[in-house]
Amino acid sequence: MSGVSVTKDAEDAAPAANDLVVLSNVNKHFGALHVLQDIDLTIARGEVVVVIGPSGSGKSTLCRTINRLETVDSGAISIDGKPLPQEGKELARLRADVGMVFQSFNLFAHKTVLENVMLGQIKVRKADKKAAEEKARTLLDRVGVGVQADKYPAQLSGGQQQRVAIARALAMDPKVMLFDEPTSALDPEMINEVLEVMQQLARDGMTMIVVTHEMGFARSAANRVVFMADGKIVEEAAPEQFFSNPRSDRAKDFLSKILHH
Amino acid sequence: MNVLLDNFPAFRDGFIGTVSITAVSSLIALVLGVVVAGFRVSPVPPLRYFGTAWVTLMRNTPLTLLFLIFFFVVPEILFPGMSPFVLGSLALGFYTSSFVCEAVRSGINTVPLGQAEAARSIGMTFAQTLQIVVLPQATRTVIPPLSSIFIALTKNSAIAGAFSNAELFGWQKLMSDKGYDIVPVFIWVAIGYLIITFTISGLFRLLERRMEVAR
Ligand SMILES: Nc1ncnc2c1ncn2[C@@H]1O[C@H](COP(=O)(O)OP(=O)(O)OP(=O)(O)O)[C@@H](O)[C@H]1O
Ligand SMILES: [Mg+2]
Repeated sequence: MSGVSVTKDAEDAAPAANDLVVLSNVNKHFGALHVLQDIDLTIARGEVVVVIGPSGSGKSTLCRTINRLETVDSGAISIDGKPLPQEGKELARLRADVGMVFQSFNLFAHKTVLENVMLGQIKVRKADKKAAEEKARTLLDRVGVGVQADKYPAQLSGGQQQRVAIARALAMDPKVMLFDEPTSALDPEMINEVLEVMQQLARDGMTMIVVTHEMGFARSAANRVVFMADGKIVEEAAPEQFFSNPRSDRAKDFLSKILHH
Repeated sequence: MNVLLDNFPAFRDGFIGTVSITAVSSLIALVLGVVVAGFRVSPVPPLRYFGTAWVTLMRNTPLTLLFLIFFFVVPEILFPGMSPFVLGSLALGFYTSSFVCEAVRSGINTVPLGQAEAARSIGMTFAQTLQIVVLPQATRTVIPPLSSIFIALTKNSAIAGAFSNAELFGWQKLMSDKGYDIVPVFIWVAIGYLIITFTISGLFRLLERRMEVAR
């Protein structure tokens, strides 16, 4: 494709200023494994999209390509109209606009909870210390772990750690939040406290891409469910429709398996 | 007569010489080793290649050969007029930096990958990620091997004596030339080295304990 036509495509897409995350024709391989195959996905501002699919289907990889923790082999990804730049300062700046919550929390183990939430504000956003602390405390209160501020991550329960991780991401004022199975490393009794925080976020209008098998969350908070299998997006539908009446056999098969448990 | 008391000024100079060359080359090795370790894990290929080349070259060249290069080749073609002390410290510092680099790199590898990914995902640059998140968590594992590396450096500093530096081991040669009995001379030299190496391992043990308390 020539450079001219690429520019033109971008201009054509420009009227849809409501599109926040756009993946077009994205392909990625891990060696011989074709993990992402011709992925086209557009997420509008304020939209909550749940990504669901069997293990190994490429959900995590998809999530990680959006803030370029994984590079792609071909295709284009843009966030708020800007294509993802190469590794470097500019990419770092763009990543700050994309919050990411990991399955295993990944809180900075050598920093207190408060420091975890302040660090990005100070080092990346160059906020002054006092403002950063104030904001961090507000966010920690909002996710319900305000009293734990001075503890180290290892002293918190999984559910608390994950809520701190959400606060840490929110402290950067991200345009979009990515969640990669945020509750699947948690004991059952802690899942809800995290889901509630996410639900509140969705109600507040945050744009979210959530990899999860929590159907309750998908039904109550998602605008759209994206079903992935073998590196492809097999089906996209509204949650109600997807769960009660999936079109593809892959989705039917998958749902029958997870509904049994 | 007593070899130490009779020749104390020379012994003192030798001791101070060993301490200074050890201190200066340790500093060079530490700074350079950490920087090169950063290169080796960097996302920029040329930096990675440089790091690998540096370690391969410095670690596999015999130290004496490195000294010969620094004393006879470097002044000829690069920087004439450097003092033996500077040349010796550089040779020893460069050599040791390759060991420091590998110790630091193995420390970096003990820090879970998720830590660096979390740092990058909030927008930290590679350098910030390394400095603020990864290296502080690697420090604890790196301290014990660093202690051994700096003790080895202290002993390696004896080679500098052969290149017109006043240092502890050189005093031994001076004394045996003067005809002193070799056994007490060696004992005093050994004691001199022990004082330095014990200080180093003590300092590192202190550091190690500090880190345990800190978390
Ligand atoms: N760094 C990597 N190197 C090689 N293969 C990888 C790597 N990361 C993932 N894969 C492979 O790519 C495929 C997709 O992985 P991915 O983690 O995206 O799946 P997933 O849908 O998130 O699965 P799960 O539900 O188990 O988390 C898997 O087969 C996995 O083994
Ligand atoms: Mg996954």
